Amino acid sequence: MTATGYAPGRTLPLRVEFVRQFRRRRTMVMFALLAALPWILVIAFQFGPNNNRGGGNGLRISDLATEGGLNFAAFALSVSASFLLMVAVALFCGDTVASEANWSSLRYLLAAPIPRDRLLRQKLIVALTYSAAAVTVVPVMAVVAGTIAFGWHDIRVPGTGELIPAADVLPKFGIVILYAMVSNLVVASLAFLLSVSTDSPLGAVGGAVGLVIVSTILQAVEALGGLREFLPTFWNTAWLDALAPVPDYSGMIKGAAVAVTYAAVLLAFAFRRFRRKDVVS
Amino acid sequence: MTFLGGRRGLAVLAAVLVAVAAIVWLVWPSDGPPQGEDVVIPVVDGPADDQKVLIDASYFAPAGGGKAPAVLLGHGFGGSKDSVRDQAGQLAEQGYAVLTWSARGFGRSTGEIALNSPDYEVKDVRQLIDWLAKKPGVLLDAAGDPRVGMAGGSYGGAIALMTAANDPRVDAIAPSITWYDLADALFPEASGAGPAQGVFKKMWAGIFFSAGGSGLNPSTQADGLARLLSGSSGQPAPDGITPEQAQCGRFLPAICTVYQEIAATGKATPEAIELLRRSSPVSVQGRIKVPSLIIQGQRDSLFPLGHADLNAKAIAATGAPVEVAWIAGGHDGGDAEADFVLAQTLNWFDAHLKKSGAATGEGFTVSRDGGRDPGTRQNVLLHAEGAAYAGLGGTVTTRLDLLGPDQEVATPPGGSPAAISSVPGLGSLLGGGAGGGGSAGASLDLPGQVATFQTRPLDTALTVTGSPTAEIKVYGEGEVTLFAKLYDAASGQLAVLPGGLAAPLRVTATPAGTPVKVALPAIDRRVEPGHVLRLSVTTTDMAYALPSQPSVHRVGLGSTTLTMPVDAGLAAPVTGPAWWTWAFPLVSVLAAAVILLTGRPRRAAIAPDAALAEVPLEITGLTKHYKNGHRAVDDLSFRVEKGQVLGLLGPNGAGKTTTMRMMMGLIHPDEGEIRIFGEKVVPGAPVLSRLGSFVEGPGFLPHLTGRDNLKLYWQATGRPAADAHMEEALEIAGLGAAVERPTRTYSQGMRQRLAIAQAMLGLPDLLVLDEPTNGLDPPQIAEMRRVLRAYATKGRTVIVSSHLLGEVEQTCSHAVVMHRGRLVSAGPVTELLSRGALNGSTRLEDVFLDLIGEKA
Repeated sequence: MTATGYAPGRTLPLRVEFVRQFRRRRTMVMFALLAALPWILVIAFQFGPNNNRGGGNGLRISDLATEGGLNFAAFALSVSASFLLMVAVALFCGDTVASEANWSSLRYLLAAPIPRDRLLRQKLIVALTYSAAAVTVVPVMAVVAGTIAFGWHDIRVPGTGELIPAADVLPKFGIVILYAMVSNLVVASLAFLLSVSTDSPLGAVGGAVGLVIVSTILQAVEALGGLREFLPTFWNTAWLDALAPVPDYSGMIKGAAVAVTYAAVLLAFAFRRFRRKDVVS
Repeated sequence: MTFLGGRRGLAVLAAVLVAVAAIVWLVWPSDGPPQGEDVVIPVVDGPADDQKVLIDASYFAPAGGGKAPAVLLGHGFGGSKDSVRDQAGQLAEQGYAVLTWSARGFGRSTGEIALNSPDYEVKDVRQLIDWLAKKPGVLLDAAGDPRVGMAGGSYGGAIALMTAANDPRVDAIAPSITWYDLADALFPEASGAGPAQGVFKKMWAGIFFSAGGSGLNPSTQADGLARLLSGSSGQPAPDGITPEQAQCGRFLPAICTVYQEIAATGKATPEAIELLRRSSPVSVQGRIKVPSLIIQGQRDSLFPLGHADLNAKAIAATGAPVEVAWIAGGHDGGDAEADFVLAQTLNWFDAHLKKSGAATGEGFTVSRDGGRDPGTRQNVLLHAEGAAYAGLGGTVTTRLDLLGPDQEVATPPGGSPAAISSVPGLGSLLGGGAGGGGSAGASLDLPGQVATFQTRPLDTALTVTGSPTAEIKVYGEGEVTLFAKLYDAASGQLAVLPGGLAAPLRVTATPAGTPVKVALPAIDRRVEPGHVLRLSVTTTDMAYALPSQPSVHRVGLGSTTLTMPVDAGLAAPVTGPAWWTWAFPLVSVLAAAVILLTGRPRRAAIAPDAALAEVPLEITGLTKHYKNGHRAVDDLSFRVEKGQVLGLLGPNGAGKTTTMRMMMGLIHPDEGEIRIFGEKVVPGAPVLSRLGSFVEGPGFLPHLTGRDNLKLYWQATGRPAADAHMEEALEIAGLGAAVERPTRTYSQGMRQRLAIAQAMLGLPDLLVLDEPTNGLDPPQIAEMRRVLRAYATKGRTVIVSSHLLGEVEQTCSHAVVMHRGRLVSAGPVTELLSRGALNGSTRLEDVFLDLIGEKA
């Protein structure tokens, strides 16, 4: 017999977990930073010394940032995707369980009782949702900031300088954002696994970021050859191909495959580990 | 639990070690290729077979021993046997006996350069074949006739062709980036007038001859190209050079004389043409009858694709199998595709020398720009393949309309300034990115010197493979030198001159207009929709000898048709997504399922015990070891009835907290079980909803207020808000206005009280409190005792742990005494005290010390 009104399937509703996490200073600061970044970049471009662009050949994505809102968004994503967004994702996913353990609130949630699998599932959903929001907020805010600052124009492709109509590019931007989310799954799931394994939120976040750094370093080792394709960070910039005049999705497919491969196993380990774990914090 | 503790830690460590070992094994450099054995082979050559020459050679025995077919590997102009040492080693590793040699006049070989003449170099190589026939490791077709193939690039490719024509013992050849007609290579003419009317390719000719001219000091072994770039002034002049040597280097004097003449005049004399053609496959048409793999470069203004075309046609006419490959690079730079060339060569020799492998069956392979690799961001090449080589005319043609008025073009005096299409030897510097499919190139035409004609923008993409043709008309007086180029142009971008190639023309203009059919340079290029093709006719080109007299002519279209050859049979191999892009996620999801399913807690023996349904807590045989072997709880059994306030008493480390954690399902017991209201406690057991707990300190979200913490906690249980009895709980906490402040601002006591209030939310039937009075001041302690006693009166049960004896004495009705994980005593507090009376003391403290056996 249970207490009246208790049902395992109703414990820790997503809404409650969203509220619990949202009111945290960490969440607010991260979102404020992500939302402010495009504006900071706009100011940097507006007031920075004017660099004269080098010819038609070898146009870089940074040279084209002031072409319009969409170009600016592509630039903002390219500078933030490799590290900032990854840190944000690691934060939301690595902090979620470990901080509860750190506050000692985890044991009271488990004794409420929230079944362990359910607790983890709800926390994972919320953490991934926040991560997805973090990945989305930068390009969306960048489109807004870039359009206000530089106007709404067609996107100019780096390298060749070709123009692609804005209307054609918008759906591709959706794909890019989606891909940025998927490619961050590795970081998310590793951070989550570390989060259930340690009581230190910083350890979980730092561990996941550390993996990315190690992977990036290994990526630079040419001697690894084709093996590098299976490094979790190798395909992080593959989304650039979606914005090419002739979009090439092969890199994104590979990147998504690698991400899903790592993520599924890491998440499975997280659940298995948490089920068997003695919660002593 | 430590993160990497115990056996699982070992397993992780082992997995990491295996992964590291695998990576190291994969990237560990393998043993270098076999090192050749240096030999000096004396040969006799010359028209009269009277010149003794020492050929410096290296022999690489076939890997694996036994008898193997031999490969003669030639080097390029200005190089030596050392330039091809790596390829020789790689061929030997694949089971070929390889002989490389420095051609006469190069490296340490003696003699003079005769440009692969049948009287000199060809005779040398025939004697090298004789030498090979005597090597024990070489497979023989007959006595003195080894099974031998020849390969090499440029100068080394031409000797393969020339030897194959002159020695029937050669069984297969794979020449690359070499010539068909050296006279035509140096004096090209795109309307088919022949080298006598050709325009002198002065820059290439100069580089060509200076490469043979340097290296007078036989001990100098520098690479030819390095020598080209450093310039001859970089090397101290060797002692004792005669004026003749200074002028002719190591060239045969006859060749030197001819070169001096043509370089000075820019015109090909009949003698020069005769001499150059003697060293060219054009003079041995029909005599090369062996399987031939002809490889030519798309970035090659020295020996353009047309030379390969003529070689292939001449050999194919004899009935011998011929395959053609157009690689990306060439003499003008770009990606030389060394690996691809080696692989193709091996494939060819495997099929025609070893006769083991099957030929690819692809008669024609073209390297095309494959865009950027999405991972490495490097340009990659695709190899489009076709069953048969179609020639420069393509399998079909597409006709486009050229538009443009007649235009005046000026020939500047002295030929300067001149347009740039390619810079011999430095072409790759001009062509934007190196590689890049090898067909992109920027080019410069000078205003006033150029007439341009354009097609309309293309509706669909067009892939040109071969030599486009157009017809122009030249109006005016006298002879004019023109260069025709076909650009791929699009608005907003620099027009691209594929391969950096120009077609030179020498036209005698007439006032009525001289019609000229122009065979534009052979290319392979995909022209995107929206692009236009632009025919430029210019009067100058930096790479060629130009007339010194100024003149003006008018150039117009002879026909509006631009004929573009297309090879419909060519197709890049279809590469779908890599197999692992679907296999890996699939395997991983399956692995994840296995990991989750095998990690499932066993669901046996969970049936509730109906007899215990009214018993708040029964513990039987409970045991818990920690990782270090310490027994925190050892065979503990006791039972708590409704309405009791039970004190769990014991010194620090007695196992009280561990027991409570097991009651909450936080720790898995090793043995024994806990039943709450008859239901076994497992992690997340629903019956825990009837348990309120406060163990080892409070646990709040520091950023939320006390009230929000309690509210969200209750919402997390998913139970109706009305059941919470929130206000009663907050009253017990007694925080006053502080409930609206974030808990991080609370004192220890305030948190403690809020935590006890949280444990009481929903008025659980069983309340478990661990050291509840820690950190409270005396009035609060008294209040807490009252609350707890009152809580138990309504049929609810309270378990309080403490190491303070007075606490238990004053609060509890019953007590369980633990020591070192074991149960020492259990029963009503009064009973404990009366037992103490027997020993002379009714103080619980004395009873306790007595029980745990530490009485003084």
